[in-house]
Order: sequence, then structure tokens, then C-alpha cells
Amino acid sequence: MIGHEKKLGWGFTAPALVWTLAFFVAPFLVMIAMSFANLEGRTLIWGFHLDNYIELATRPYLLRAVVVSLQITFIVTLASVVLAYPLAAIIAFRVPQHWQRFVLLLAILPFWTSYVIRSYAWLLVLAREGLVNQTLINVGMIAEPITLANSRFATVTGFIHFFVMLLTLTIYANLVQLSPNYRLAARDLGANTFQIFRHVILPLSLPGIVTGAFLTFVLCIGDYVTPQILGGNNELTMPQIVMVQLGRRADFPLASAMAIVMMGFVTAAYLACARWLRLDRL
Amino acid sequence: MRTILSRLYLILAFGFIYLPVVVLVLYSFQESGLPVPPFDGPSLKWYDDVLGDSDVTDALTHSLLVAVGSSVVAVILGFLAAYGLARYTFSGSPFIRLLLIAPLTVSYLIVGLGLLIVLTRLGLGLSLVTAGIGHVVINLPLAFAIIFASMNAKQENAERAARDLGATEMRVIFFVTAPMLVPAIAAAFFLSVTLSWDEFIISFLLTRFDITLPVEIWSMLRSGLSPRLNAIGSVVFLISVAVVLILEFTVLRKRHL
Repeated sequence: MIGHEKKLGWGFTAPALVWTLAFFVAPFLVMIAMSFANLEGRTLIWGFHLDNYIELATRPYLLRAVVVSLQITFIVTLASVVLAYPLAAIIAFRVPQHWQRFVLLLAILPFWTSYVIRSYAWLLVLAREGLVNQTLINVGMIAEPITLANSRFATVTGFIHFFVMLLTLTIYANLVQLSPNYRLAARDLGANTFQIFRHVILPLSLPGIVTGAFLTFVLCIGDYVTPQILGGNNELTMPQIVMVQLGRRADFPLASAMAIVMMGFVTAAYLACARWLRLDRL
Repeated sequence: MRTILSRLYLILAFGFIYLPVVVLVLYSFQESGLPVPPFDGPSLKWYDDVLGDSDVTDALTHSLLVAVGSSVVAVILGFLAAYGLARYTFSGSPFIRLLLIAPLTVSYLIVGLGLLIVLTRLGLGLSLVTAGIGHVVINLPLAFAIIFASMNAKQENAERAARDLGATEMRVIFFVTAPMLVPAIAAAFFLSVTLSWDEFIISFLLTRFDITLPVEIWSMLRSGLSPRLNAIGSVVFLISVAVVLILEFTVLRKRHL
């Protein structure tokens, strides 16, 4: 009977397992092998070569992409947390209970726009003839349009817009689970509002912050679309380098190596916040 | 004072969140050919233009096909795996659970790149099917996790009762477990559909001649700002919002999530 049970359990799980192994794990392993291969002319030479990684570490424009990606990702993650926290807190503590779900739904509705469309929409807002420039000119703050689009500023703005919504969701989900008794107890013990926030609410909402920040980090560092549409050509991020290698030169080994480096940063981020991560509770 | 500050922050935050959406939709009704101020509409001519463009409508059909097809596969595989792992204990099951969730932690670009390498090495052509395979990879973990999380003792007791009454394993799954899990299955399905419908990078890497809507929009972007893009963008946004609202007001409401 036990043997039969085992077989049944395996039988139900097998299709999903086979799919994941065939179309996720195997390609991933091939990609790792590819990152150690070499391209000579147009022929691929498998083996264990470190040339691609050495190239990444020594070519200034490749190294620069790593730095640019990390800078953008850190700025975006930090700014999104700082902007989303008050929004989540206001919805959780100030908005009447029966309105909360509706306000939250409304706050994250644009989250569901396709990311190509969302970046395009920011391009409209920030373009030379766009709304922001026209408004600033009309109120007399500037005389000539300023460059907002095709810059790091635009990329960061587009990213923050997206991740503020994501973080509002994870932080809110964490805040509403906190019993109001914690706050009341702290107040009874003489804590003022700032002390309650600093010593009670903030530590308790750390799992929500870290979970959201981790997701932000992962999605931000791996996104090709937003910097490609909004960022212009002055600086490239890691995903952009991957796509350039694939497209123009069909240099799969170098693209794979860059992707592995990207994965390395994600793994490092995971290890750094594993203590507080609550991915299962999303 | 604090109430005023809260309100002010709420207004500013919503202004920031909705600014691009409002600009996108507003200038889709622009009369002239450039979607920037001043607004000179309203006009529906760009919607007419876009919906009469067979490239766009083909891409829209392809997107729906890929979204629904890949979601059906993801939900079936996810459901079976959740059932197997929740009801039977066997060696290695915690590891398998981890493995099924793993694609969630990898960026879409890497999933797409891995598949692209394998497909080109094997000399297989790119098509809507290959893009669909990629979408199943990213949606399977979500479908599995959502369905697995809502499996509990309630269904297990009903299953046991059905088995005692002589139902075969297949009948138990189809007539007892699946109906009791409809909210979770529907949530997993609609979430998969929205994610696949919007997905760009995997579709971009894994399609060639027949492309999905986000890829079509991408190629139109090369010619710069245009009210046509605003019109398509508004339609895509509307469809995504409709799916999310259906999900919110039917499935999730009942689950008190």
C-alpha cells in the first residue's frame, strides 16, 4: 500500500516536474555551460574557458554596465521603499476598514499595465514636448524644454512607479496583520507616535519591507524594457548588454556569462535577506 | 494636522501612480498625430486605425491564444503537482516543492535566454508554441503555489469519504477535489492569463514570424510617439484591468483573502 501511495504521489507530480526539468533546469544548465564556451569566428567551442568572465571584468563598457545596473537597482529599491511605506501605512491605519481593500486595489491597478506600455506612457509624460515640460514652461519655471526622457532619471522614475505599487502591496499585507494591541500597549507605556513607529511598528513590518525590496531588486536588475525605452543610449544596464550580445553579434557565450553574473547578484541579495523573507506568505 | 498630511500624501501618491495612465488614455483620443499637449480631441480615429490594422489584431489574437493556452497547461500541471504533493508523502517531496517554485526567483530574461539557446542548438524553429512553453515555465510555479496553499483537511476528508464509497482516484480528483478548489484554480488561471498577456521579453526572444501584442507594440515603438500606440496601450490596459477586476470581485472576494 505504501509503495502504491508513493507511485501515485510521483505520478501526479511527474508532469510538472518533467516540465520544469526539461524547460527550466536543463536550459539553465546549458546556459551555464554556454558561459564557459568560446566563440571563434562563428563556431562555438565548448569547454571550460574563463574568457567570457575575464572579458566582463576587463572591458570597461561591460564592467560599467554592471555598475550602472547595481546603482539603478539600489536607488530604485531604496526610493520605492521610502515612498511606498507611508502609502501602505496610511491605507492600513488611516483609511476606514471597509474602504481599505478598495483603496488598495485602486492604488495598484496600474501595476497590471503591460510593462512595455507603462514605459511608453512615461516617455509621453517626460518627452521634450511632453506634459511635464509643457507644464513647467506654461507656469514659467523654465524657458526651454529640459531633457527628462532618455536619461537615467527617466529609467529610475519608470521603475519607481512600478515598484511603489508592488511594495505598497507587500508592506500593507504585513501591516494589517499586526494586532492594534502592540500600538496600544506601547502608548500605555508612554511611547510617543515616533517611538511607537521606530520601536514597534517598523521592526514588526520588516518582513513585508524585505520581501518587497527583494522582489524589487530581482525584477529591477533583470529588466530590459524600462532602461531600453526610457534610458537612452548613454549608459547600458546588464540586461541591455545581454540583448546586444544576442542581437548584433549572436555572442551567446558572452550573453550567458552576463546573465550568470546577474544571477549571482540576485543570489547574493537572497542570502542577504533570507532571514526576513516570507515569500511563502505572499 | 496629521489627517491633512495623510490626505495630502494619498493625493500625491495617487497622482504619481495615475499620471502615466491618464496621459496614455487621454492622448489616445488626440485628433492630431502627436500625443503631446495641447489636447485637441476627442477623436476615435486612432482606435479605428488600430483595430483595422491586421498586424495589430493578429498579434492580439496570438496573445490571447498564448495566454489562455499556456495558462491552461500551467494550471493543470500545477493542480496535479499540488494534489500529489499535498496528499502523498514520498522521499524527496520537499526538494521537489522547492524545484517547482524555483523559476520564480529567476528573471524572465534568463528563462527566455536559456530556452533560446537550447532551441537554436537543437535547430528547432521559434513560434507561438515556443513562447507558450516559456510562459508555462514562469506561470507553473505561481499556479502550483496558489493551489497548493489552499489544499487542506476539508477536501481531504471529502476525498476520503468518496474513496470509502468506492470512487476511483480519477473520480475523486475530478468530482471532489477540483470542484472544492475552484476559487484557487480560477485565481491561478486568471493570474497566469494576465501575466502571460503582458509578458514581453520571453515572447520577444522565442517568437519569430507570428508575434504577440507586446512584441508588436515594441516594434511600433521604434517609430516614436504616436496616438496609435496610445490607443493600443489603452485597449491592453483595459483588458488587463477587466481580468483583474473579475478576479477581485468573484474569486478573491469569496476567499476573504
